[in-house]
Amino acid sequence: MPKDSGIGASNKRREDIRFLTGTGNYTDDINLNGQAYAHIVRSDMAHGTINSIDVSAAEAIDGVVKVFTAADFEGVGGIPCGWQVTDRHGQPMQEPKHPILAEGKVRHVGDPICVIVAETAELARDAADALNIDITELPAVIDMKDALADGATKVHDDLTNNLCYDWGFGSEDLDAVQNAFDTAHHVTTLELKNNRLVANPMEPRVAVGDYARHSDESTLYTTSQNPHVIRLLMGAFVLGIPEHKLRVVAPDVGGGFGAKIYHYAEEAIVTFAAKALGRPVKWTSSRSEAFVSDAHGRDHVTKIELAMDKEGKFLAVRTDTHANMGAYLSTFAPSIPTWLHGTLMAGNYTTPLIHVNVKAVFTNTTPVDAYRGAGRPEATFQLERVIDKAAREMGMDPVEIRRKNFITEFPYATPVAVEYDTGDYHATMDALLAKSDHAGFEARAAQSKANGKLRGFGIAHYIEACGIAPSALVGQLGARAGLYESATVRVNATGGLVVMTGSHSHGQGHETSFAQVVAEMIGIDESMVEIVHGDTANTPMGMGTYGSRSLAVGGSALVRATEKIINKAKKVAAHLMEAAEGDIELKDGQFTVAGTDKSVAWGDVTLAAYVPHNYPLEEIEPGLEETAFYDPANFTYPSGAYGCEVEVDPETGKVTVLGFTAADDFGNVVNPMIVEGQVHGGLAQGIGQALLENCAYDENGQLISASYMDYAMPRADDLPNFTVDHSSVTPCTHNPLGVKGCGEAGAIGSPPALVNAVIDALQRGGHDVAHIDMPLTPGRVWAAMNG
Amino acid sequence: MKLTGSRVINAPQEVVWAGILDAEVLKACVPGCTEMSGNPDDGFEATVVQKVGPVKATFKGAVTLEDMNAPNSVKLVGEGKGGAAGFAKGGADVTLTAVDGGTQLDYEVDARVGGKLAQLGSRIIDGFAKKMADQFFERFQEAVEEPSEADMELADGDAAGADETKKKSWLGRITGKA
Repeated sequence: MPKDSGIGASNKRREDIRFLTGTGNYTDDINLNGQAYAHIVRSDMAHGTINSIDVSAAEAIDGVVKVFTAADFEGVGGIPCGWQVTDRHGQPMQEPKHPILAEGKVRHVGDPICVIVAETAELARDAADALNIDITELPAVIDMKDALADGATKVHDDLTNNLCYDWGFGSEDLDAVQNAFDTAHHVTTLELKNNRLVANPMEPRVAVGDYARHSDESTLYTTSQNPHVIRLLMGAFVLGIPEHKLRVVAPDVGGGFGAKIYHYAEEAIVTFAAKALGRPVKWTSSRSEAFVSDAHGRDHVTKIELAMDKEGKFLAVRTDTHANMGAYLSTFAPSIPTWLHGTLMAGNYTTPLIHVNVKAVFTNTTPVDAYRGAGRPEATFQLERVIDKAAREMGMDPVEIRRKNFITEFPYATPVAVEYDTGDYHATMDALLAKSDHAGFEARAAQSKANGKLRGFGIAHYIEACGIAPSALVGQLGARAGLYESATVRVNATGGLVVMTGSHSHGQGHETSFAQVVAEMIGIDESMVEIVHGDTANTPMGMGTYGSRSLAVGGSALVRATEKIINKAKKVAAHLMEAAEGDIELKDGQFTVAGTDKSVAWGDVTLAAYVPHNYPLEEIEPGLEETAFYDPANFTYPSGAYGCEVEVDPETGKVTVLGFTAADDFGNVVNPMIVEGQVHGGLAQGIGQALLENCAYDENGQLISASYMDYAMPRADDLPNFTVDHSSVTPCTHNPLGVKGCGEAGAIGSPPALVNAVIDALQRGGHDVAHIDMPLTPGRVWAAMNG
Repeated sequence: MKLTGSRVINAPQEVVWAGILDAEVLKACVPGCTEMSGNPDDGFEATVVQKVGPVKATFKGAVTLEDMNAPNSVKLVGEGKGGAAGFAKGGADVTLTAVDGGTQLDYEVDARVGGKLAQLGSRIIDGFAKKMADQFFERFQEAVEEPSEADMELADGDAAGADETKKKSWLGRITGKA
C-alpha cells in the first residue's frame, strides 16, 4: 500500500508551485542597485598568439565602464583543478595554468580574452566591435591521436607535450591478464567512441558579483550545483578572499547535469570586477556562449577487449582509452576517465582480471568534465557493447551471457578497487524481461518485418558508484577536497523546523524529499519542515550535488542531525514528564513514557527548549539546533537492467524508439514519483546521446554544432513512453536510509541499450553490422547498412 | 571548404588581368563590398557587409596578392574580421589562359570561417561561399567584358544613368579607351 506521507510517499514537489507559476528566483532574476553588465569577448580561433589588445576605443564609448584584460588579473590565481591524478609511473599529471582571461595565447574557441563592463548588457555587447584584438592564428590540435603524435603543436608551450597523464589501473599482475587473452577460447574486440556532449541545462549560466565596502564583504550569486565549493576554490585559490568575507549564493538553478559543478572564470570575473568598480556586475551567458564555455562531457575513444572461456564466462577485460580534457583542466576533469570510469569496469560481472589504460589529452577544444554519469556511462557503454558483440560471436543469448557472469554474492570486491555492498542483478533482469514483454518480442519483430521495418531489442545492465564519496579514499586517489555532506536542523520555538543542507537542488526536488525524511523521523506534518539550501551564509559547509550523492550523503547528514535533535528533545521531554530519558519514546510527534499514558507534544518540548522556565539547564543547553557532517563509508552501487526496443526503417536508416524499460535497484526510495522523474530525465538524455546529440569540431577547432539548429536535443516525440520499475530493492548497507542514488542511472544505462537494439535490428535484417558510433543518425545507420 | 570554378570571359587576357588588380573593379564585384582601397603592391583594404544565415556582420579585412605572375596567375589571400560574428579567411588561386573568344579564368578558392559564423552557419557556409564566388565572378565577367545594351539594363542600383557613367569610366580606364 503506497504511503501518503513520509518516506515512500509520492508527494507532489512543493518547489514546482513556484517553478510552474513563474515565481522561482533564478540568478538572472537577481538585479542589484547600480548593477553594471559584463560581456565576455571570447576567442573565435582555436589557437593563437595574442599580439596586442587595444581597448581604448571601446573604453571611450559613452556608457562603457571598463574593459578588463588579463593584465588586470595579475596577482590573481588561475582557475584551480580539484583533482590530481598520478600516472602509471607515479608521476603527477601535467597541469597547465588556467588563467581567468587568456594570457598571451588563446587555446580554444570560447577562451575568454576581455571583459567589457557597461551600463547595459546591449552596450557591453556592442562595444566589443570597438576592440582591436590582434591574434595570429596557430595550427590547432583537435584529434586526440594527432595531439599525441611526435612534433604535434602543443596546447601549452610550458608542458612537455599534450599528454595530461597516462594512467593504468586494475589487476596488478599484467602477465596474468595477458595470459588470459592468450589462452582464452574467444576474444571479442570493439573500438568505439563515446561522443562529446554539451550539457545544455535549460538555464544558461549567470553570475552576479557584489561588494559591500562597509564590511569588505564580497557576494557572488551564481548558477552553481555547489556554492560552498565555489566559495572555497574562488576565495582560497583565485581571488584570495577569506571565507568569512565571501558569500556565495546559488538560488534556484535550472538544471546542471554536471556543467554547473565547476568553478568558472566568469564567477571570479564578476566578483573581482564588482570590487574593482565599486558596483555590482552581472554576466548572463547567451546560449551560443554556453556551447563554447560550459564544460563539455564524455569524448572518449576506446578499444575494449573481452576474453572468454568456451562457456562464455568472462576471463579478462582490457581497455585502452583516450580521454579528451580540452584545452584546460576543468575542476574535476582528471577524475572522470580514471577513478569514476576505471573503477566501474567490472560492471555487474565476476570478471577476475581487468586492466584499464587511459591517456588524457589536451586539445584546442572547450574543457571536458563530468556530465550526467561522468565516467560511469563511458564504462557501461563499452562494457555492455562488447558483451553484446561477444554474445553474437559466441552464439549466445545476450541475456544468458550476462546472467552467466552476474555477481551474486555480496559484498563483492572487484579487481578494480571497489566493493559492492548489495545488489540482485538477476532480479533486475527478471523485472526488465517481464515489464518489457520480452517474451512477446519475436511476434512484434515479425509484425515489423511484415511492415517492411527492422525491429530490434537491446539490453544493458549497468552499475554505478554513487553517493560520492568516502573522503579518505578519494583523498588517496587525488581529490583535493573531502566529499562529505552536512546538515543543520534548526527547530523553532513553536515546533517548525528549518533544515539547512549543504546539498543543492537544481531540479532534484530536495525541498520535498528531504522534508519527507525529517517529518517521518519526528512524526510531524511535512509542512512544518522547510529545506534551505544554496547560500553559504546560512548553510553549513557542504560539497553540493552531483554524482547521485544528495540523498545518500546529504540525506544521511540530515538523518544524523535529526537524530541529535530527537536525542536532545527526549532529554527535555524526560524532564517535563519527570521520567527517565531512556523511557522516552517519540511517535507521531508525541513524546511518551514507555508503559504509561504520560505524554508531551513535540511543540511543548520545542517551546520549553526556547522558553526554558521549566528546563534542565544544569544538564543541557537551551535551544534546539544541531549540525551533522556525514562522511560515507563506501560508495553506493545502484544497478539496473535496461531494455530498448527500436524499429529501423531500412529505406532511410531512421531509428524509432518504440519502447524503453528501466528496472533499477536504487535501494530504498523516499519519493517514488521523484525517482521515476529522475529516471525519465536520465533516459531522455541517454537516448539523446545515442540517437541525436553530437558536439562536432571541424579540423580547425571551430565548434560547428553550436546552436540548436545543429545540436539536436531530444524532444518529446523522439521518446517513447517509459516503463520504469523499482520492484528490486537491495538497501545500501552503510547509510542510515539504505538509499543508493538515482540521478544519473537513466543516462548511464540507456545508450548501450539503444545501440544494442539498433545493432540487433540490423543483424535480424541480414546486415552484418557490428557497431555504429553514436549518435545513430539516419545517415550513419543507412551508411552502415549499405556498406 | 574548397571551391573550384572556371569561366570564359569575352575580353583579352591583359584586360582581365588588369581588372583583378583594380580596387574599383574589385569593389564593384565583391558582393556586399562598401569600401575598397589599396593597390596590388600593398594589398587592398576592404569593408564587406554580408549576412550568413542568421548572422549579419560587417567584415573589415585585408587582401594581399601573392605569387604574382603577370598576366597569368595570382593568389589572392584575404582575411576579414566580423567582430562578434567571427572571421572569414581564405585564398583564391586565379589562373588566366588565353582561349578562343577571350580569356579562361580558373579559380580555386579555399575559405573558412570562425567564431559565431562557424557556430551558427556551418551548415550553410558552403552554399553561401559558392553563391559569393558565383556572384563575384559573374560581376567580374560583366565588368571586364564590353558592356552590351542588355548589361546596361541589367545593371542594378539606383539611377541607371549614374551607373552607366560609372561603369564606363572604370571600364574605360582599364581598357584605355577613355
